[in-house]
Amino acid sequence: MSFSSIDRRWIFLFILLGVAIPLIIPIGFKLEVTSDVQKVYDLIQNVEEDKLALISFDYDPASKPELHPMGYAIIKHAIEKNHIIVCTALWPMGSQMADDIYHNLKAEMPELEYGKNFINLGYKAGGMVTIQAMGKDMRKVYPTDVSGKDINEYEILNCVKSLKSFAYVVSLSSGTPGLKDWIMIAKDKYGVPVLGGATAVSTPGFKPYLNDSNQLNGLLGGLKNAAEYEGLVKRKGTATAGMDAQSVAHLIIIGFILLGNIAFFMNYKKVKD
Amino acid sequence: MIEFWTSFGIWLGALSTLAIWSFLYKDNPFYKVAEQIFVGISAAYWLVYTIYNILIPNLFSKLIADPVANWIYFIPGILGLMMILRIIPKFEKLSFYPLSLLIGTTAGISLLRFLKSDVLTQTTATMLNPFAATSLTVTIGQIIIIIGTITGLVYFYFSKKHEGFIGANARVGIIFLMVSFGASFGYTVMARISLLIGRLQFIFGDWLHLIK
Repeated sequence: MSFSSIDRRWIFLFILLGVAIPLIIPIGFKLEVTSDVQKVYDLIQNVEEDKLALISFDYDPASKPELHPMGYAIIKHAIEKNHIIVCTALWPMGSQMADDIYHNLKAEMPELEYGKNFINLGYKAGGMVTIQAMGKDMRKVYPTDVSGKDINEYEILNCVKSLKSFAYVVSLSSGTPGLKDWIMIAKDKYGVPVLGGATAVSTPGFKPYLNDSNQLNGLLGGLKNAAEYEGLVKRKGTATAGMDAQSVAHLIIIGFILLGNIAFFMNYKKVKD
Repeated sequence: MIEFWTSFGIWLGALSTLAIWSFLYKDNPFYKVAEQIFVGISAAYWLVYTIYNILIPNLFSKLIADPVANWIYFIPGILGLMMILRIIPKFEKLSFYPLSLLIGTTAGISLLRFLKSDVLTQTTATMLNPFAATSLTVTIGQIIIIIGTITGLVYFYFSKKHEGFIGANARVGIIFLMVSFGASFGYTVMARISLLIGRLQFIFGDWLHLIK
């Protein structure tokens, strides 16, 4: 049997073992912090206390393994810097994602308190149009929080008028509507700094926005960048735990690509001869 | 009782995951059952979610509470009904009106934003003076951006045959495109492996308690 005719189920098995074993027996590969991740950290780090941060949960459980760790790390960092977190969602289940992070992080951070430094405004349909409306009048778009309570009852939201009331916007995005809409409206129209957390699949599409015009002020792309951010905020979560498995799986895939190419060229030479 | 339902949910999630994965070996009844359950539950979930989280709060509750003051909501309501009429062949054409309104409005709103963010600002960001950069690495990076942008655009210039000077530029452009596709493929691999890691963390952690 030649390599080119190998049953692909062997490849599945190798990948499964390559991911499963390092999860049970961690190796401890080192991670370097990349510049795009450092930019996210620096921007949040340099925002003054008591400023408002808008975090938009634009994903659903399908992207949870990649984007949830970013949400934990960013919210932890912002709370440590005494920022006030206001959560929104352009995806219907994003609101539950925000709630999930709040309840799990509350156990670690007693200072995190709903209504005091964290509020979930919930989901709004409309994508780009909704963001445009938020840029004009935030209170009209979100008259209540996710539980239906009038936002006028929350003292911390008294100063919220529009998107410009926020020191920065973070969009944890797995598609459309999501980060691109925030760049186009919040940054390019209203000038509010926008940070992004994106799935690895969509990350290359956002790289051009990390340009000299600073359309995007920083980007976390995929599980690796999430793990880097966990390292920066000293909270080892599921992203850090998964990085050994990610690295081993990549090595296996690289190995198979090399073997596949060698087999192809050997076969090609034989046919040519 | 809550603990029982939590455990039941975890077992259901784990067994469904294994059933879906069994397709990698070969098609089988476990996969089919899990697939059909997933499709059915997803459709039902989104239907209920849309009714309770979009239609009721944004339309029905406003019209019921004060139909006179909120008369304007009748317009999207009627347009929505016209859209649903698509399922009745006799009235199918009525759905074209809300559809054309939707496409026209979306195109109108998006056009300006895309023009500013994806064309004007992106072009401005490419107008660099690489030699004004503070480090050699940045200078090299900016030169690569300029060459990549110009040659990439030349590759998509089809009004002249790709030969001579144009052809040479287009060949450089295609190298940049190939590198870009390779990077995208690499990120896609990373994303898919991340999803596998997420599932295995659930199976080894929440289900089997082998990891924390």
